[in-house]
Amino acid sequence: MAGGAASGGNATSDAYAPARGWLLLPAWLVLGIVVLAPIGLMLIYSFLTKEFRGGVIWEFSLEAYDQFFFDRGLFGDESPTIQWAYIQIFWRSIWQATLATLLCLLIGFPTAYFIATRPANQRTIWVFLITIPYWVNLLIRTVSMRFILRDQGPLNDLLQWVGVISEPLTIINTNLGVQIGLFYSYLPFMVLPLYAAIERYNFSLSEAAADLYAPRHKILTRIVLPAVKPGVIAGCILVFVPSLGSFLAPDLLGGARNFMIGSLIDEQFRGSAGNWPFGAAASMILLTLVLLVLMVLARQQARLEKGAS
Amino acid sequence: MTDQRPIAIDIRKVIKRFGDFTALKEVSLGIRDNEFFTLLGPSGCGKTTLLRMIAGFEDVTAGAIYLYDQEIARLPPNKRPINTVFQNYALFPTMSVLENVGFGLEMQGKSRAEASRRAGEMLELVQLTQFAHRKPSQLSGGQQQRVALARALAPQPRVLLLDEPLSALDMKLRKSMQIELKHIQRETGITFIFVTHDQEEALTMSDRIAVMSAGEVQQLGTAREIYEHPRNMFVADFIGDTNLLEVAVDRIEAGRATCHLGGGHELTCDAVDGVGIGARVHLSVRPERLFLSAEPEEAESLRARVVENIFIGTDITTILDLDEGPRFQVRASNSDRGNRRVFEPGQSAFVNMERGSARLLVD
Ligand SMILES: Nc1ncnc2c1ncn2[C@@H]1O[C@H](COP(=O)(O)OP(=O)(O)OP(=O)(O)O)[C@@H](O)[C@H]1O
Ligand SMILES: [Mg+2]
Repeated sequence: MAGGAASGGNATSDAYAPARGWLLLPAWLVLGIVVLAPIGLMLIYSFLTKEFRGGVIWEFSLEAYDQFFFDRGLFGDESPTIQWAYIQIFWRSIWQATLATLLCLLIGFPTAYFIATRPANQRTIWVFLITIPYWVNLLIRTVSMRFILRDQGPLNDLLQWVGVISEPLTIINTNLGVQIGLFYSYLPFMVLPLYAAIERYNFSLSEAAADLYAPRHKILTRIVLPAVKPGVIAGCILVFVPSLGSFLAPDLLGGARNFMIGSLIDEQFRGSAGNWPFGAAASMILLTLVLLVLMVLARQQARLEKGAS
Repeated sequence: MTDQRPIAIDIRKVIKRFGDFTALKEVSLGIRDNEFFTLLGPSGCGKTTLLRMIAGFEDVTAGAIYLYDQEIARLPPNKRPINTVFQNYALFPTMSVLENVGFGLEMQGKSRAEASRRAGEMLELVQLTQFAHRKPSQLSGGQQQRVALARALAPQPRVLLLDEPLSALDMKLRKSMQIELKHIQRETGITFIFVTHDQEEALTMSDRIAVMSAGEVQQLGTAREIYEHPRNMFVADFIGDTNLLEVAVDRIEAGRATCHLGGGHELTCDAVDGVGIGARVHLSVRPERLFLSAEPEEAESLRARVVENIFIGTDITTILDLDEGPRFQVRASNSDRGNRRVFEPGQSAFVNMERGSARLLVD
């Protein structure tokens, strides 16, 4: 029976075999134009020589990478020492993105859980409500956040009126400002995959665990979280990656002291002060970093699954 | 019929409403210590609801539930020493079979080593030792069912609840699991509350049965009591096959009621309280309590025409029509065929009824 079904399946796909190459063409085109070409271009640009008014000179150079990692003094003639400034920006970015991811997870999980446990006909409405703000452009939303969070803004007015604080809180141009901005920008990327995972979760497993003497927190950590882990990982990646490269929130809500990679790269391609090869090199380093994180996560997941079975 | 064993689960006037729908209408039941107790009833009669209230997944609208001397109706499920074998098993998919079985023990505060040792013993009991390190999804339905049983038994609950645990298994496996379950219940001495809608399963396994319908207990008793003395129409009809005849009571003399079957036929049976002369009630008689003959052999004997013989392995069922009267089923064991004549369709025969085998039912 099984063998028959399998060979039947093969026969079907064999019938399409001659045409398969052509049928896959759109997929290859999209991958090529949208994914491979831009990355390839960036890789090439990162090895070119910078032109002082923006743009590049088509001449091979390692200068962009050298500039990123080494400090050779103001005129480039001293012996090289490690350039900490950019590494620090990267480190801060990773830190900020990690915090934002955790914050999104912390708030997003109960939110997703809440939505997934509503009666079926209400869930779509809740999901829709979560996504409504995201119909508005990110720039406008971030500027509005700046307006709300500033010292004399509505948030501070409200807190003072309620009496929680007597002096206005400074949120703009602090780490907290960046965190709030990133959190607000990427929360739905956390909530939606989590919601999809929790909705598929079989709640009778929670009942079975309670029946076997598990208190609530054990049900969460031992039963629910392992079951929805793919959703958690997807959500974390979807928040972490854009947070890491984000420049609107750090620029508008964090100010100069909370500069992140995204802003650094953004600056390189703006106006005449830019340095295209350097921007491209920084992007490549960022991309490598992200891929490394993803690979470690994927390998760990695979090992977990293999070890369990 | 007094039983000295203490009451393990005492359900006192429990009512359950979902919105304005009443799923249970004042149910009272006492389930004894070490008893194999079955809740039997058609789909939707409230069996699962009652079980879920005992387990603590559903709160009671009114009434009380006692576990021995303790009121438990308001305890959360993880505080009740009661475990459940779920209808869909609800095994934890991310854990191995051994971890599944050890989970309850771990949650009771046993060390991981101790939990996994005890879990190993439980797997031995259900003969699944070689599957200990598999995931539940890698087991067959019957094996999953046994894991669910081992998992629920491992923490040594005072009462085990089983919600149609065998309904997903094929007939053969089901029969062998019935025997195994009964055996495990004897061995462990744990009180079992078993839910099924299969009357045959209930009759074979249970010490006592509560027959439920529409959120009410219709009758409570041993398998024999329920089969032979159904209290009302519903029970008589639901348990086993029966000839249910609509009759009118003509006379009552010396504790015997003479009933009119239509078409001029009459039958006499024991009178019951609440059925007077002129009452139109139902009379129930089991097909295996009737036998056929060429000439009348009992005081109660009716002439009928054979419609059909149905062969069902161990038995043969003959369907007969009385002249202008109701239809009868008569069942004879296949081994009796040597002694008793088999009547062919179209032939006429006498349907004989022993005294005491027909019962009048109060609806
Ligand atoms: N959460 C609920 N909300 C509303 N009605 C419910 C709910 N749970 C059960 N019911 C109703 O209560 C009645 C009893 O349900 P229950 O699940 O106890 O039946 P059951 O006897 O176990 O049936 P089955 O043999 O089909 O499992 C049914 O009519 C059902 O529709
Ligand atoms: Mg049920």
